Amino acid sequence: MIAVEHLVKKYGDLVAVRDLSFTVEKGRIWGLLGPNAAGKTTTMRVLTGFLPATDGKASVGGFDVFAQADKVKRILGYLPEVLPLYPDQTVTEYLGFIADLKKVPSGKKKDAVARTIKSTGLEPVKGRLIKNISRGFKQRVGIAQALVHDPQVLILDEPTIGLDPAQIREMRGLIQSLKGERTIILSTHILAEVTQTCDGVVIINEGRLKASGSLADLTASVEKKDGVTLRLRRSLDEAAASLRALPGVEKAEREADGLRVEWKPGSDLRDEVARLAVEKGFGLLEMRPITMNIEDLYLKIVSGGLDQ
Amino acid sequence: MKAAWIIAKKELRTYFTSPIAYVVMTVFLVLVGFFFYSLLMWFNSQSLQAAQNPYYAQQMNINQMVFGPLFNNMSVILLLMVPLLTMRLFAEEKKIGTEELLMTSPISVGQIVLGKFLASFLVLAAMLALSGLLAVFPFLYGNPEPAPILCGYLGLLLMGAAFLAIGLFFSSLTENQIVAAILTFGALLLFWILNWAAGSASGFWKDVLNYVSFFQHFDNSTQGILDTSDLVYYASFAFFGLFLTHSVIQSRRWR
Repeated sequence: MIAVEHLVKKYGDLVAVRDLSFTVEKGRIWGLLGPNAAGKTTTMRVLTGFLPATDGKASVGGFDVFAQADKVKRILGYLPEVLPLYPDQTVTEYLGFIADLKKVPSGKKKDAVARTIKSTGLEPVKGRLIKNISRGFKQRVGIAQALVHDPQVLILDEPTIGLDPAQIREMRGLIQSLKGERTIILSTHILAEVTQTCDGVVIINEGRLKASGSLADLTASVEKKDGVTLRLRRSLDEAAASLRALPGVEKAEREADGLRVEWKPGSDLRDEVARLAVEKGFGLLEMRPITMNIEDLYLKIVSGGLDQ
Repeated sequence: MKAAWIIAKKELRTYFTSPIAYVVMTVFLVLVGFFFYSLLMWFNSQSLQAAQNPYYAQQMNINQMVFGPLFNNMSVILLLMVPLLTMRLFAEEKKIGTEELLMTSPISVGQIVLGKFLASFLVLAAMLALSGLLAVFPFLYGNPEPAPILCGYLGLLLMGAAFLAIGLFFSSLTENQIVAAILTFGALLLFWILNWAAGSASGFWKDVLNYVSFFQHFDNSTQGILDTSDLVYYASFAFFGLFLTHSVIQSRRWR
């Protein structure tokens, strides 16, 4: 549904995106993840036809975003990073204008606006001027604006920025509910966003593709580490030494609040470790398996430890 | 055209939901009313004197003595008011980020430019039409010629359209409305008085400066002369302004 091939975008001498390629299949939600200034917004602006690419190709719904921009714009809903709202219009007026702008047939306009207001939960503020509604509602109007013409593809630039935690959760629920027929790309620099809403992720940094794939694939691709984190009541150094002596243990070191013990992948030394701790009277408080979570993965990828 | 009308409708609504249109129209009408009153009073006192002098009475002409100067005054007021009508049109879209919305919608830059121009043109037309009510009084109590008055108004409308196109262009250059207004005013004034420089120029340049200046063309219509060369001048000015606006907006996407 969305395909980016060797995309390059330069602003004068500044290269914002270099040789970026990825594809998103129909009906999926994908996250475009990266630190600030990684090239996320630029990539999205190219996909929406707002900016032309310096080199490479991008297509949405099979249409080239540059050569067939008009066709792409018809099937695309876009929430820019800066909410494109007219403060002096009411919510209903604004969405009506958007419906006209997106060429919703005038017979269906009223229904389209009503449906969008309902699905984005804007009922309570629909008659109010946009300048007088809260940030959370403004963000919803932004989403509603992208939805009013029932697009097949949604591109959402930082949809949860500036919201409080409860609103972020609501927004995620809203985005989840939009799934189905639609293909969605959302950008974020927050990891939790990706793990909770997306099927797959494209991680970029400094305009370069760092990793892409479904979340499960990506986590699996990371080198597996087995082990536990121990919290002990006493004798941390002594415990480290005796754990290191256990057959199969590769590493046992002090960490901030305990001991990190690692062993060869595939084996399971939890029993032995626990027995040792109890027998020697180290005062075992907690034993927690080490898992490579998405955050470790992300930091590793962005810092350049894992190049694909 | 339908797409342009969508933009125009939105702009018209913004004009009238914000105080801009009301303030500009009110100030314009108050000033025009004042000028009209002063000119009419002066004409009245002249008429009284002329009553004692039959030769002088022959020379009294309300079209030339009231409406001619009035149109000149109105054109100067327009020079001040048009920048205020156009300053917001593109600068604001850029400032609040709605430009990105317009540019990613299935609507062309040409339609956006045309829609915004159309909206400001309708406000200008409404403003001029309201000022036309003043002309009712001379018709009630005297017998002015209607054709030169209509001609004067047509001149104002066409020149206003050219002003608006220039204003639109400067609004597309910046995201600051005040900068847009000042640049528009400066450019309009410069084009207005360009013919002053013609006095010291000679030959080809004299003709060029005279032709490019608004003054010469507008002077014709205040006297009831409707010359095709003036029509061509206004139309090409408006077209040029809109074309530049279109280019500015289109080119910004390439940077």
